[in-house]
Amino acid sequence: MDSKDIKLIIDGKRLDGRGFEDLRPIKMRVGVLKRADGSCYLEMGKNKVVAAVFGPREVHPRHLADPIKAVVRYRYNMAPFSVEERKRPGPDRRSVEISKVSREAIEAIVMKELFPRSGIDIFVEVLQADAGSRTACLNAASVALVDAGVPMKGMISSVAVAKVDDVLVLDPMKEEDNYGQADIPFAFFIRNDRIESIALLQMDGRVSKEEFVQALEMAKRGAMKIYEMQKEAIKTKYIMESEGEVNEIE
Amino acid sequence: MASRPIVLPGELLASNPKVAGSGTYIENGKVYAKFLGLLDRTDTSVRVIPLKGRYIPSVGDVVIGIVREVAGNGWVVDINSPYQGFLPVSENPEMRQNRKPNDVLDIDDVIIAKVLNIDPKMKVTLTMKDRMCRAVRFGRIIGINPARVPRVIGKKGSMIRMFKTELGVQIVVGKNGLIWVSGDRRKVNIVEEAVYIIESEAHTDGLTDRITEFVKRKKGELNGQ
Repeated sequence: MDSKDIKLIIDGKRLDGRGFEDLRPIKMRVGVLKRADGSCYLEMGKNKVVAAVFGPREVHPRHLADPIKAVVRYRYNMAPFSVEERKRPGPDRRSVEISKVSREAIEAIVMKELFPRSGIDIFVEVLQADAGSRTACLNAASVALVDAGVPMKGMISSVAVAKVDDVLVLDPMKEEDNYGQADIPFAFFIRNDRIESIALLQMDGRVSKEEFVQALEMAKRGAMKIYEMQKEAIKTKYIMESEGEVNEIE
Repeated sequence: MASRPIVLPGELLASNPKVAGSGTYIENGKVYAKFLGLLDRTDTSVRVIPLKGRYIPSVGDVVIGIVREVAGNGWVVDINSPYQGFLPVSENPEMRQNRKPNDVLDIDDVIIAKVLNIDPKMKVTLTMKDRMCRAVRFGRIIGINPARVPRVIGKKGSMIRMFKTELGVQIVVGKNGLIWVSGDRRKVNIVEEAVYIIESEAHTDGLTDRITEFVKRKKGELNGQ
């Protein structure tokens, strides 16, 4: 994990000029896919992801349906061209794991019990990856779910914290993720501008207890900023729509 | 609309659970928004008007459905929802002795039906024993977002009434987002165009007046030719 010959922090600044607690620039567009019930295109630094939500709809194959609640399916998938070396297409061990933990984060907020015997499908495609793509995907999926009008208790905002050169940094980019000492992705369930609970927490590498507490606080602040941007993106689309000026990409 | 702000899921709407209306949920005595929509607040209640979403059947709704399967005891009907509807032979007045379900309604036939019952497992039973209900074999079906259906109906059916009086077309609006229109082809075209305008401009002020104006103008063009 660590390598002494690459310096990731120079003069108190990170390689791309950010401070320790700065997010990468985020861009969001809501409702970009016409055939999906809800969708969102999101850029988080060099990450480019698109999320699509379908449902509640009939579950196929039929036997997967749950008679008392909806089933949530989440597919995280990386395009073959999303990374420098061509990625073999299709699900692999990593993407299956990410799909599972992300689905569990989403399940915490979706009101599944309102739609027995139905299914809510979420597809997130990574078009370009640059560390923290699972957090970008969760942010996009959360916005797409709101866009689809799916009943939810709140929203999900997600961000990672990494430890590089013995300091904690928010929202690591590729170099920091590859050569850092630890990477901790967080996702929070946010309701009414307040963080209610942690919906996802993973850790790769090691940090001390004190560092972890500090990382959590950093992630909370970062997630709140992302949450504001998510709200903004949705409101922008719907306010524009009610003025009849919507331009959809087909 | 300035008076009806957009709310997102999880937004706190009230701290008195008694005022909670549709589109809200209660947790620890507080009322939150359940989905994306427009906030409608009155003195006695708060509710969220959905902007999007699938049609979820409720008893008494008039729906337009397409027959997907014929069984010995009834028909499986697609009602543009996560749940399929079932129309038992006993609920179709066209069924008489010595007639097979196949001869009465076949696959791809379109029907106007009413939701009779929904059991806790979301098995939807339909009925055609109602004045409005029938099989439709002519006319046109227009599909829109089910959340916008109340706007197509208008206040106490004002929008539908306007279409009927101005253009003399027959129109039945299914709660599931399918609308059946029948009449002069050119007039039906006008209705179709108007319905799409309503769908895209729902929840803006003075919609009924603007649509009335639009229909009158189009009708004028039609008569001028």
